Amino acid sequence: MDSALAVHRLHFAFTITFHYLFPQLTMGLALLIVILKTAALRTGNPSYNEAARFWVKIFAINFAVGVVTGIPMEFQFGTNWARFSKDAGGVIGQTLAMEGVFSFFLESTFLGLFVFGEKHLSPKMHWVTAFLVFLGSWLSGFFIIATDAWMQHPTGYKLGPNHTILLESFWGLVLNPWILWQYLHNMIAAVVTASFVMASIGAYYQLLGKFSEHAPIFLRTGVVAGAIAMVAMLFPTGDGQGRMVAEHQPVTLAAMEGLFDTSAGAPIVILGQPDTDKMELDNPLVVPKALSFLTYRRWSAEVKGLKDFPRELWPDNIPLLYYSYHIMVGIGTMLLVLMLLCVWWLWRGRLYGNRPLLWALMLALPFPYVATTTGWMTAELGRQPWLIYGLMRTADGVSPRVSAANGLFTLMGFMGLYLLLGILFLFLVLREIEEGPHPEPASIPEAGPLPEALR
Amino acid sequence: MIATVWFCLVAIMIAGYVVLDGFDLGAGIVHLFVAHTDGERRQVLRSIGPVWDGNEVWLLAGGGTLYFAFPALYSAAFSGFYLALMMVLWLLILRGISIELRSHIESPIWRPFWDLVFGGSSALLALLFGAALGNVVRGVPLDSEGFFFLPLWTNFQPGKNAGIVDWYTLLIGAASFLALTVHGCYWVALRTAGDLQQRARALASKVWWAVLAFTALITLVSFRLQPHLATQFSSHPWGYVFPLVALSGLGGMQLYGAHRRDMAAFLCSCLFLMGMLTSAAFGIFPYVLPSNVSADAGLTIFNASAPPYGLYVGLAWWIPGMLLAVFYSVFVYRRLPAKPAD
Repeated sequence: MDSALAVHRLHFAFTITFHYLFPQLTMGLALLIVILKTAALRTGNPSYNEAARFWVKIFAINFAVGVVTGIPMEFQFGTNWARFSKDAGGVIGQTLAMEGVFSFFLESTFLGLFVFGEKHLSPKMHWVTAFLVFLGSWLSGFFIIATDAWMQHPTGYKLGPNHTILLESFWGLVLNPWILWQYLHNMIAAVVTASFVMASIGAYYQLLGKFSEHAPIFLRTGVVAGAIAMVAMLFPTGDGQGRMVAEHQPVTLAAMEGLFDTSAGAPIVILGQPDTDKMELDNPLVVPKALSFLTYRRWSAEVKGLKDFPRELWPDNIPLLYYSYHIMVGIGTMLLVLMLLCVWWLWRGRLYGNRPLLWALMLALPFPYVATTTGWMTAELGRQPWLIYGLMRTADGVSPRVSAANGLFTLMGFMGLYLLLGILFLFLVLREIEEGPHPEPASIPEAGPLPEALR
Repeated sequence: MIATVWFCLVAIMIAGYVVLDGFDLGAGIVHLFVAHTDGERRQVLRSIGPVWDGNEVWLLAGGGTLYFAFPALYSAAFSGFYLALMMVLWLLILRGISIELRSHIESPIWRPFWDLVFGGSSALLALLFGAALGNVVRGVPLDSEGFFFLPLWTNFQPGKNAGIVDWYTLLIGAASFLALTVHGCYWVALRTAGDLQQRARALASKVWWAVLAFTALITLVSFRLQPHLATQFSSHPWGYVFPLVALSGLGGMQLYGAHRRDMAAFLCSCLFLMGMLTSAAFGIFPYVLPSNVSADAGLTIFNASAPPYGLYVGLAWWIPGMLLAVFYSVFVYRRLPAKPAD
C-alpha cells in the first residue's frame, strides 16, 4: 500500500472514530431528555426535571467536544480526499451542505436556550427547545447517513467527463434505499449508548446509596429505552442492514462472516480466526446453516464464499473487518441479554435491590461505545477497496499533492490534541457525575440574564 | 449564469461568516487588553457566549455550500492550503474549548490560562484568515489537473515559488487582524458598560488609524500584484460600488465611534468588512482561484462549478433553508438583553 494512502486513511479513521464517541451520546441523550421532560410535564414530579437537568449538563459537555471535533470532518473531504471531492463533490456536497443549512443552524440556535434557558422559559417552551435540539441532531444524523449510504450504494448519479460523477436525480440521492436501514440502525444504536450510560450512572448511584430519588429514574428510563432499542438493533434494523449488504455487497458479507468456500447451508461463525493466505478459518466454532437462513430465509440457500470472488474485489483488510463485525455482534448480544434481564427484574419490582445486576449495568458503560465503533468499522472496512462502491477505488480518491509526511505531521497533531481533549473531557464529566443531580435549576456560573457559555 | 448566482451566494456566506464570527474573534483578541479583572473578562465572554457557536456554523455551512457548488475549487484549495487549514482547525478546537472550559473552575491558574489560549487562538485565526484571502488574490501554482500544494513559507516573496506566508499575504493577514480587532472593540463597547466599555472605545479609535493605513497599503499593493483586479474594475466600472461601501463604512466607524454611537460604529464596521471582501471577490471574478504561473491555469466559476442540474436543485433547498437559519438567528439576537449587567 502506498504510504500516503495509508496515512490519509488513518487520518480520517482516527479523527472520525474519536469524533463519533460524542455525537452518539448526544443524539441518543436528546431523545431520553425529551422523554424525561415529557414525564416532568405530565406528572408534575420535580425529580424528573432534576434528572433532566443533570443529563443536560452531561449533554452540553459532550456536545461541545462533538462540535469542535466535527469541524475537521467536513474539512478533510477537501484536504485529504481532494480527488474524491473534486469528482463526486457535486453529489455528496449536496447532503453535506444541507446538514449545515438545515441542522447546524437549528441546533446551535436552540442549544443555548435549551442548556441555560430553563430559568427564563416556561416549562412548555423549555420542552420545545429540547425537542428542537433533538430534531436538529437527528436531522444531522440523517444527512451524514445519506452521504455514507451514497458511498456504500450510489444512486441518483450519472457519469460525466473526466471521471466526474454528476447528480442526476436529487430524490434518487436522498431517498437511496440504503439510507433507511442504516439510518435506523445507527440512530437506535445512539439510543442504546445513551440508555446504557444513563442506566450505568443510575446503577452507580444506587450501589452507593446516593441520590435515592434520581437513581431509580435513571435506571428505569435507561433500562426500558435500552431494552426496546437493543431488540430493534437486532430486528428489524440489524437484519435489514445485513440483507442490504448480502444483496449489494456479497463479497463484503463473505469477508465479514469469514466464509471462504461457497456453500449451500452456510454456517454462521461464532469464534475463529480467518487465515487469508491459506483461505480457511482456524479454530472455528459455528452454528450450522444459520448464515443461509438469516440471509435468504432458507436453511439450505447457497451463500457465495470469498474464493468465488476475484481477489481485487476483496476488502483489503479482511481480518480487521471480520473481527470488527464479530465484536459488534458479540457485544450486542451480551448487551441485549443484560437489558432483557434488567427489564424482567424491573417489571417484578426488584431491580433496584439486585446488586449483581446493578454491578453489571454499571460496568457495561464502555461496551456500547465499542459496539458502535466496531459497527462503523464493519461498514467502512466492508466498503473497501471502494471509496464509492463500484465507482471509485479508495486509492483513487486521495489528495494527489499532499505527501505522506505532511499527512503524518497533521495526524500526529490531531493525536496530541485529541489526547488533551479526551483528558479534559473525562475530568469534567467525572466532576459532574460526582456532583450528581441538583434540586435547583443548574446554577449558572455567571449570574445574568443569559449565561456565558450559551452553547 | 447559475454559476454566477452561486458565486454570489458563496461570497455572501463567507462575508456573513467574517462579519459574525469576526466580532467574536475580535472580542477574543482585545479581551486580554481591555478587560483587566475576572469580572470584566466574564462580561466579554458573556457578550459572545450565546452567539459564537452559531457564528461558527456560518463557516461550516459556507464550506458545505462551497463544496457542492464548486467541488473543484473546494478540493484544490483545501488540499493546496493543507498545512494552514489544519492549523486553522487546531486553533478553532483550542478556541472552542477555552470558551467552554474557563467557567468550570474558579482558580487563578485555570482561568488566566484559558484566557490566554482564547486570546492567542483568536489572534492567530484572524491572521490566518487574512493570509488565506491574500493567497486567493495573489494566485497559486495550479497544475494541469487543477491541484497544487503550498509549503507554509519559502522565501517570503509573492512570486512563482511563493509559500502560504509571504510578505504580501502577511500584509493582508495583518490588515485582517487589525480590522477584526476594531470590529471586536465595537462589539465589546456595544455589549458592556463602565471602564471596560471606555477602554474598548479608546482602543478602537487608536487602532482605526492603523486600519486606515493598512487599507490604503493593501489596496495599492494588491493592484500592483494582481493585474486582473485593474482589468476587472476598468471593464465593469459599476463594481466601484464595493470599494465605496468599504470606504464609507471605514469613515463611519471613526465618525460614529467618536460620538459613542456604538451600534452605528459596529454596523459601519460590518459594512467595511463586507465591502472589502466583496471588492476582492468582484476583483478576481470570474476567477475563484487564479494561477500565479499562467493565467489559463486558473480556476474560474466556469471550470470549477458543479453542473447546472445540481446547482438549480441546490437553490430549491438553499433558499428556504437559509431563510429559516436567518429567522432563528434573529430570534436569538432579539432575545439577548440590551446590555448584560455585571
